[in-house]
Amino acid sequence: MRKKSFRPDVDAPAWKGGYSPYDIIKEGTIALVVILVLTLIMAVVFGSPDEKAITVKTWSNADPIDFATTALSELNGTSVSAAYGAPYNNTPGASQTMGPLKLEQWVGVRIPINSAKDFVISPLKSLPDQPVLDQQLKTWSAASTATKNTWLKSYAKASTNMKIVKGQVVINATNAGPVPVMINDLTQMARSGALDQALVTGHGFYTTDYTKPLLFLADSQYLGDLAQKQHLTGEQWGMMNETGSYPGQAWLWLYTFWYQIPPFNSSSSGDALVFATMGVLSLLLLFVPFIPGLRSVPRKLKIYRLIWREHYREIEKV
Amino acid sequence: MSTSEIDRQWTTRLRRRVEGKLPPEKLLPDTQPTYVSSWIYVFGIATMCSLGVVIGTGCILALRGPQWWHGSDYGHFINSMHLWSVEIFFFCMVIHLWGKFAMAAWRGGRALTWMTGVVTFLVSIGAGFTGYVSQSNFDSQWISTQAKDGINSTGAGAYFNVLNMGQMLMWHIVLLPLGAIVLTGMHVLMVRIKGVVPPFEEEAETEVAQ
Repeated sequence: MRKKSFRPDVDAPAWKGGYSPYDIIKEGTIALVVILVLTLIMAVVFGSPDEKAITVKTWSNADPIDFATTALSELNGTSVSAAYGAPYNNTPGASQTMGPLKLEQWVGVRIPINSAKDFVISPLKSLPDQPVLDQQLKTWSAASTATKNTWLKSYAKASTNMKIVKGQVVINATNAGPVPVMINDLTQMARSGALDQALVTGHGFYTTDYTKPLLFLADSQYLGDLAQKQHLTGEQWGMMNETGSYPGQAWLWLYTFWYQIPPFNSSSSGDALVFATMGVLSLLLLFVPFIPGLRSVPRKLKIYRLIWREHYREIEKV
Repeated sequence: MSTSEIDRQWTTRLRRRVEGKLPPEKLLPDTQPTYVSSWIYVFGIATMCSLGVVIGTGCILALRGPQWWHGSDYGHFINSMHLWSVEIFFFCMVIHLWGKFAMAAWRGGRALTWMTGVVTFLVSIGAGFTGYVSQSNFDSQWISTQAKDGINSTGAGAYFNVLNMGQMLMWHIVLLPLGAIVLTGMHVLMVRIKGVVPPFEEEAETEVAQ
């Protein structure tokens, strides 16, 4: 038999002390009943939140100007979704990086989103019996990129004075080509509820993929304002909260914490930095048993003396 | 058939290995070392029991489909139980984890037990998160649209699309619970095989046999 030095943070001494009766089944049953009762009490007393999902219809009726402005940003490529980069589209310099690692860019476009086509043009094309709109869409398609940009700039310039009159988007834009008709008709389509359906039916009759309507909604001011009222924004530790006064995902506190301090909250690759940091911390936690110094922390902290106080009391008596 | 032939069978060898590693008195012990006498030990079994309630209430929700609880008082109550059992589960799990850290519970060849526990914790965070983004209400709309940026920044968003409610629901009710259950099972079996880690011996230099 070979003998080696005892490493207190790696080896455990062989137990030479006594044993006491232990009914594992009884303990498990009691624990299950206690947890079940506790869950029942909390469910009865506190319930759970269920704030109804918003739709493009509710958004466009509650704030049609925000909707029309967002639609314009999808069409002229200035929305967050339009210039997001991978995995939605190719936008040079938009992808986040982890130092030399450009994971987002390397993976590339896997969920293609063309915000002008997916959120504006295609839904408008799906509307039946719209001769004026159809003509305007043909004009749009036939125009050069330069002409489209001129129209969009004219419309964007005039959009600061946009009004909603009798449900119609009214704007005093000259040289805006078909853009006023397109934005107005998309707003009408949204307010009727038809746009909700047009955005989710990209894969046919059955679908469970809400990528497009969620990206569109996320580009709005409306969604952010609602979240602000529900204390859900990033500065409000929003990722771990939920609507109402519920604990939410409290276990994400450390992940959310990084978003509150520099450089994470000021870097253009803040999300990537937070994920990299949490990845490193998770690996440290996983490999604690093998990391000299870190694995000695419990022995030096001596919290174990509190846990095993009876054991040490007995030893001191002896 | 000769005895040696039976001895060579995979089934025989596996059974003998299991019997050697985990005899019935280790699997279902009726005694425990006297040092196992602290409230901190309760949180391990409490975590498992709350996982049981999470899965039970999740199964009831699954019976009627993902939209049921939005329009039914009974369904909403089951959802509330599901939510609070998750909160209790994480509360117990975190205390269990830090309690085991304080005990340096990886000592004595228990590193894999520690690691399966940490991975179970990480998988459970994923299970909780996919539950939040597949609720199909305002919370899931907001959380998914915010979380996408973090997940996309790792490159994983191209394959793990948090805006795809169907995909998130499948991860939430099939893949991640399966992972959590299998890992928990492995973790518990390892605890039973190796036993509960003994206290630190405060006298320096003890010798261990190898």
